[in-house]
Amino acid sequence: MAQEKTVETTGLLGWIDHRFPLTKLWKEHLSEYYAPKNFNFWYFFGSLAMLVLVLQIATGIVLTMHYKPDAAQAFASVEYIMRDVPWGWLIRYMHSTGASAFFVVVYLHMFRGLLYGSYRKPRELIWIFGCMIFLALMAEAFMGYLLPWGQMSYWGAQVIVNLFSAIPFIGPELSIWIRGDYVVGDATLNRFFSFHVIAVPLVLLGLVVAHIIALHEVGSNNPDGIEIKAKKGADGIPLDGIPFHPYYTVHDILGVAVFLMAFSAILFFAPEFGGYFLEYNNFIPADPLVTPPHIAPVWYFTPFYSILRATTEDFLMWWMIPFLIAFTLLVLVSARSGLSKAIAVAVSAVLIVGFFVIDAKFWGVVAMGASVMILFALPWIDQSPARSIRYRPAFHRWLYGIFVVVFFVLGYFGTLSPSPTNEFFSKIGTLIYFAFFLLMPWWSTMGRFKPVPDRVTFAAH
Amino acid sequence: MKNLVKHLAALVSALSIGSAFAAGAAYPLDHFPTEKLTQQAALQNGAKLFVNYCLNCHGAALMRYNRLQDIGLTDEQVKRSLLFTAEKVGEPMKVAIRAADAKEWFGALPPDLSVIARARSSGAGSGADWLYTYLRSYFRDSTRPHGWNNVLFENVGMPHVFWEQQGSRGATLEEVREVVDEQTGKATGFVKSVVTFDANGVRSEKSEKLDGRNHHASRHWTLSAPAGGNMSQAQYDETVADLVAYITYMSDPTAQTRTRLGVWVMLFLGVFTVIAWYLNREYWKDVK
Repeated sequence: MAQEKTVETTGLLGWIDHRFPLTKLWKEHLSEYYAPKNFNFWYFFGSLAMLVLVLQIATGIVLTMHYKPDAAQAFASVEYIMRDVPWGWLIRYMHSTGASAFFVVVYLHMFRGLLYGSYRKPRELIWIFGCMIFLALMAEAFMGYLLPWGQMSYWGAQVIVNLFSAIPFIGPELSIWIRGDYVVGDATLNRFFSFHVIAVPLVLLGLVVAHIIALHEVGSNNPDGIEIKAKKGADGIPLDGIPFHPYYTVHDILGVAVFLMAFSAILFFAPEFGGYFLEYNNFIPADPLVTPPHIAPVWYFTPFYSILRATTEDFLMWWMIPFLIAFTLLVLVSARSGLSKAIAVAVSAVLIVGFFVIDAKFWGVVAMGASVMILFALPWIDQSPARSIRYRPAFHRWLYGIFVVVFFVLGYFGTLSPSPTNEFFSKIGTLIYFAFFLLMPWWSTMGRFKPVPDRVTFAAH
Repeated sequence: MKNLVKHLAALVSALSIGSAFAAGAAYPLDHFPTEKLTQQAALQNGAKLFVNYCLNCHGAALMRYNRLQDIGLTDEQVKRSLLFTAEKVGEPMKVAIRAADAKEWFGALPPDLSVIARARSSGAGSGADWLYTYLRSYFRDSTRPHGWNNVLFENVGMPHVFWEQQGSRGATLEEVREVVDEQTGKATGFVKSVVTFDANGVRSEKSEKLDGRNHHASRHWTLSAPAGGNMSQAQYDETVADLVAYITYMSDPTAQTRTRLGVWVMLFLGVFTVIAWYLNREYWKDVK
């Protein structure tokens, strides 16, 4: 028998601690996890994302008890939940409002990372797990949206799955393989249901655990973007650190209260949120024979949808090719390593040739994918000497501001039906979106940086 | 640069009349009197009208008869006066019309109306606004198979169900449209046409070619005053409003409960937030 381990606790807790590191986990992740004391408003959204995840899982379990993943019954079963299941309407509206709320808090959480350089060394893996969570969340939302089996559910899925058919050679077969049919149908609904309720949530939960383990391994960043572990007291505790529990647990309870007010205001008084959270068209049962005049994804996908629609042949020829040539020249002039130069030339050449050889629809799909995947590169393309926006040159704030505006503009035009004006602004937005990231290695080092303090800025409450 | 200016101008105009564009509606929506949604008498009258006039061709398969308890009707009352298409009050409001027949008779399948008020919402107005306008916008059109047309939903398959109440009327469509040469596919100019339907639905059309190219395509409907109905215009509007109130209630039967409960939830969260605020402040006193 292995040697009995010594634990400080007694009684039941002691019995458990002999067999399971309960007290150890509690201390490591809560009562003795030292977080910087200068967290601000932006730091609520991590715990809020966790709250929404739990809400979605809990309400989803109840919905699954009553929902029928069957093309003939799905639409009516959702209304059955809304009408005949006791409190079913509340559960369903929590789930539908929760989907949008999830993206709100996740977008704000990601933007916080951008503002304070939270992805910089040694937190690259936290960011990468986070980006993977974002991808999983997008898949989860997309597949969940098919389940009510309304017109928008159906045609949204039809449009997005059809995108895969733009891939050369394997595209058409691939899209049939994804759908399990020649059009979106019962087979598609069943597999999306399966992915939505079990496969993706499992991945999501695993990634969230990895995200938090990685965070607690290296410790939290903070609005000043400095390492609190660099200045420790005699007891080995960071001078600017405070135990997560109770300080941030009570702090987060306040954040939860305010969040729940906004959440409940929407849920109880405007669950459709003007057609943005529940699209009006989705109250018409899916009809494979009637294509709606205007198909738009739910708001949280519209920025990326705009990028997809902006990528026309005209955009590739007259906007992207000059941009790629200018970008390659910039790399050739300024990059230090020969490898970067070779890669830039090769990638640009392949893309430019590709623009002529393969249909623009395919490049639209590539651009949409790239607009999300490019986030993974942030820890390496951000070369700024200061992590936090607080100590960066003023023009960086302007660039972030422009980026936010562009994201909103793309999102707004993504909700509208196609028009020349829509296309024009989507093209400008798409170009700026990519330029923001691709030129980051250059602009992030430019300008006068302010001196970074040794200790965090904090005024006692 | 010129291009940018043009697009910016288009953007400004699109934003200022965005809602009209979003709906693509040629006919503006009237405002449904929302106070009807909380008036039990209006909802009950609406239910009566719905069962008598709509529930022959349109079903409401997601709505059970005994749900009418929500609007103050007992199972006995429902059984006695409203239960036309079912045997038991627990059954949904289904109709006996066969889809194939309906399609042949009307040219389109009459949609199920359970959630129609939600489906008809748009940037231009609520679904109730749409229904309220739609049911009051019929006019005589002898070119249509059943002799009626509608300015909000042009060439609709549904005849004017309330024609006895509202009476009949004509309408005028003033239209400016671009003329496209069929062979070359190029625009050759603009034509203004005025199509008139008299109270018997007899159609007449006058067209004239407009000079120059500086015109905008437009469509504008005007309805003439109805005559010969057994209700005054005000009475008819009331009747339609009652019916629309019921259809709106039916599309989300828990809406009233939801908003009432919402007030309590918000009050609770308000108190909870204050407590959370003080709790947080108390703990954070120690942090220097």
